[in-house]
Amino acid sequence: MIMGGFPILTLMILLPIFAGILCLFARPQMARMIALVITLIELALGVWLWVSYDPGGQQWQFTESAMLFGPIGWKLGIDGISLLLIMLSVFLMPICIGASWRTIQTRVGEYMAAFLLMEALMIGVFSAQDLMLFYIFFEAGLIPMYLIIGIWGGADRIYASYKFFLYTLLGSVLMLLAMLWMIQQAGTADIPTLLNHDFPAKAQTWLWLAFFASFAVKMPMWPVHTWLPDAHVQAPTAGSVILAGVLLKMGGYGFLRFSLPMFPEASAQFIWLIFGLSMVAVVYTSLVALVQQDMKKLIAYSSVAHMAIVTTGLFAFNQQGIEGSIIVMLSHGLVSGALFLCVGVIYDRLHTREISRYGGLAINMPKYSLLFMLFTMASVGLPGTSGFVGEFLSLAGLYKVSTWATLIATTGIILGAAYMLYLYRRVAFGEQVNADAAAMPDLDDREVWLLVPIAAAVLWMGVYPESFLSPIRRDVATIVARIDRAAPAGDAAIKPHDKTTDKYRVAGSHDGGHKPGAEKQKAAEGSH
Amino acid sequence: MDMGLSLYFTRPELIISLSGLVLLLIAAWRPNSGRLLSILAVGVLFAAGAFVVNLLTNDAYAAGADAFDGLYRMDAFGSFAKLLIYFAAAISLIIAPRYLEKAGAMRAEYPVLILYAVVGMGLMVSANDLITLYIGLELNSLAAYVLASFVRSDGRSAEAGLKYFVLGALASGILLYGMSLIYGFTGSTGFDAIAAALTGKIGMGALFGVVFMLAGLAFKISAAPFHMWTPDVYEGAPTPVTAFFASAPKVAATALMIRVVLGAFENQIGAWQQIIIVVALMSIIIGAVGAIGQQNLKRLLAYSSINNIGFILIGLAAGTPQGVSAMLIYLAIYVIMTLGAFISIMQLHDGQGVLREELSDVAGLSKTRPGLAAALAIMMFSLAGIPPLFGFYGKLMVFNAAVAAGLFPLAIIGVVGSVIGAFYYLKLVKLMYFDEPTEVIVADTDPTLAITGGVLAAAASPLGYFSIGLLTAITTRAAQALF
Repeated sequence: MIMGGFPILTLMILLPIFAGILCLFARPQMARMIALVITLIELALGVWLWVSYDPGGQQWQFTESAMLFGPIGWKLGIDGISLLLIMLSVFLMPICIGASWRTIQTRVGEYMAAFLLMEALMIGVFSAQDLMLFYIFFEAGLIPMYLIIGIWGGADRIYASYKFFLYTLLGSVLMLLAMLWMIQQAGTADIPTLLNHDFPAKAQTWLWLAFFASFAVKMPMWPVHTWLPDAHVQAPTAGSVILAGVLLKMGGYGFLRFSLPMFPEASAQFIWLIFGLSMVAVVYTSLVALVQQDMKKLIAYSSVAHMAIVTTGLFAFNQQGIEGSIIVMLSHGLVSGALFLCVGVIYDRLHTREISRYGGLAINMPKYSLLFMLFTMASVGLPGTSGFVGEFLSLAGLYKVSTWATLIATTGIILGAAYMLYLYRRVAFGEQVNADAAAMPDLDDREVWLLVPIAAAVLWMGVYPESFLSPIRRDVATIVARIDRAAPAGDAAIKPHDKTTDKYRVAGSHDGGHKPGAEKQKAAEGSH
Repeated sequence: MDMGLSLYFTRPELIISLSGLVLLLIAAWRPNSGRLLSILAVGVLFAAGAFVVNLLTNDAYAAGADAFDGLYRMDAFGSFAKLLIYFAAAISLIIAPRYLEKAGAMRAEYPVLILYAVVGMGLMVSANDLITLYIGLELNSLAAYVLASFVRSDGRSAEAGLKYFVLGALASGILLYGMSLIYGFTGSTGFDAIAAALTGKIGMGALFGVVFMLAGLAFKISAAPFHMWTPDVYEGAPTPVTAFFASAPKVAATALMIRVVLGAFENQIGAWQQIIIVVALMSIIIGAVGAIGQQNLKRLLAYSSINNIGFILIGLAAGTPQGVSAMLIYLAIYVIMTLGAFISIMQLHDGQGVLREELSDVAGLSKTRPGLAAALAIMMFSLAGIPPLFGFYGKLMVFNAAVAAGLFPLAIIGVVGSVIGAFYYLKLVKLMYFDEPTEVIVADTDPTLAITGGVLAAAASPLGYFSIGLLTAITTRAAQALF
């Protein structure tokens, strides 16, 4: 479905690139204005994309295809999963520009250009339908991010930028080789075609591992997550927001778009690896987060823990798990972005991220404390916020596969509550130990405008997740149908017709459990 | 064999040779005509290039043809390589006058020597016989030795020339020894006859010949472990000459190597493939690791060229038309990148007009010269092969060929090597963008370098992707000519 043949995705990719080039030559205030206006236009285009996306229509919508670059086809198109991730990108972008409005005073034009380029590349990653085009967008993001961390970052920015770049590059080059092999084997680089191409099981193992090397670093999964805390701590606030908000999602998107549907057998074969690493990550990084003294580092470690929930949900091989993972990704994109902004707000005032320097902010910064609390709760997964929906669904999906894995992943939620509430208590409550911190003014209008839209989105996703589930339901069902042949047998002890449990069951329902899940299963079955 | 046809096919070389003589005469009667001769020489290269384009695109010659009883082969492969060589030589001529004038060495011999080096390279890429190969190689090398020491007043330049000469002569000796063995064991110097004689199991003597020839050629393309001369010569030679060394002779020697292994030794893949694989991997790793500690920009780029040659040889190791086509694409992009990088370095001078070529001199360049820093950054990311810059496409193609040929270990070690290499390219970008300027690098008054550098940077940027269609068509045609 092409809306009147209008290449909206190409427009969404090219517009920020040209605006970015313009920014390079503009004066600081002008560059800020250009960046803000363009990102708002992108947001408007994104909303238009969402409104005109038809959840019941073709699987791939707004498709475009132009063979401009020889073997690398300029093929774009989105399904519901891509749509939501593009929405996340274009939603966070104006907020990033706003967050940098005053804090960035040096080389503003280049800064805005880097962010606009980032936006174009993120949209490109989520909409590419050619394997090579995907790789180019996926890797190209390293350059602007390297510059953002390295030029406008903190004291230790150079180490962090190198680590970020080389780690991610090393992960990705092996994926490149796998992609080349796949293209030769299947004779096409077209992603929708490859999604239904059955690679030999033996080759799948190697291909899966190569893709895993890339996505695990990007995600990041334990033990290759160490670049993330460094990059987050050193990056400027807006850089952290984009890094946590969108770049990490590329790993999850990659697992979902490539690893699972292209290599179902290998995915099932390596389920122990994914679960194992995720289990370690959930517990270990949560414990690490608990002892952090630096706020950004704490949130960075919490990102690793949340991403581990995403990977377990994805590899649960069922509708709830995958849907939940996507919601966790979206939710984490919003919440961790907002948390980094919250850190940025007080960092701008006191120029330290050390938790012990703050305290009792609820007294002098009530508005700030309120919003910070909302995001803390969303990160913990309080019902009514986006975090709850995603974590609940992915854990429900995981429970169908492995009780033990669910048990351990759930401890992550408890530990998550521990470190987030501990952080909040130390920052917002208690004595006002530091006179400077006690004298900090509350949020100004600009900061309110940055945080309130995210808060609204978090609540919307928490209260009425159907808006976000309906575009992805059919696409997730397609993936589940594709990988169903390799789905692992669950370890559920309850058998459908076990006499001993019959008396506890409602007649006619073997799904048991909660109602939304059952409905969703029926919807999924209905659509294919 | 029809003499007229032979002369027709060798017309590019004839034009350049005769024009070189004419330019020499002009120089004899007009003192200080270096700049004028440079312009004329560029014109000569364009004229020769026009004939090459004709030979390349004319479907009547698609299959290629022999000239002078099989001594010289005219085909699409040689024609494409020649176009690259002419392009690189023309750029080296355009960028040189100002630099050499400043060094007090803009003499008329510079354009003439470049032209004769180009003739030699033209013979190399069209060689179909060991004799032609050697004549071409020596013609090129002798011109190159003189060019390396062109700034006589500079001790480093003289040293570079001498070093290049001594080691080059050694390599020529090794090559000649290999050639004599091959001739002795096959009874011929023609590539076709050698290929016909070297079938089945290769004898020990002929194998020695193959190894010695490859070693000699590896020296010429500065592939590890025969790369030792490269950093010294690149550092010492005048920068425009270094740019020339890093581009045109690399193309010629690589093309020659392709012709030798896929022509003369086409039936002995087992004998040379493992050598090429080892040489490729050693070049990638030594080029990447060796560059890390370098403090001189020209030495750094020397290691970068060693590293890049390694990637190019991956295509040769594949030994398929796809691999050759990938090599040619990589070479084309490499010529653009390396010339662009050297042109950027040539623009580094401080307020007193003193040229700077230390790594620390580019610190904070993005603040003092944003345009130059951007161009150099594009070249660095492109040389590192980071998408979306055009350098990525070259790497993509050679790895694609390696994967298609089933050379997985080579491909895997190669890509990991490219990550090691990325480190020092990033280091340069870090210096330019993250560090504070220590000394002020001032803008150039002459726009020549800025314009040529800018055009090359645009070609190495993602805009280069628009040329893929054309590039693929030509290189596929060129590669087919060999098989």
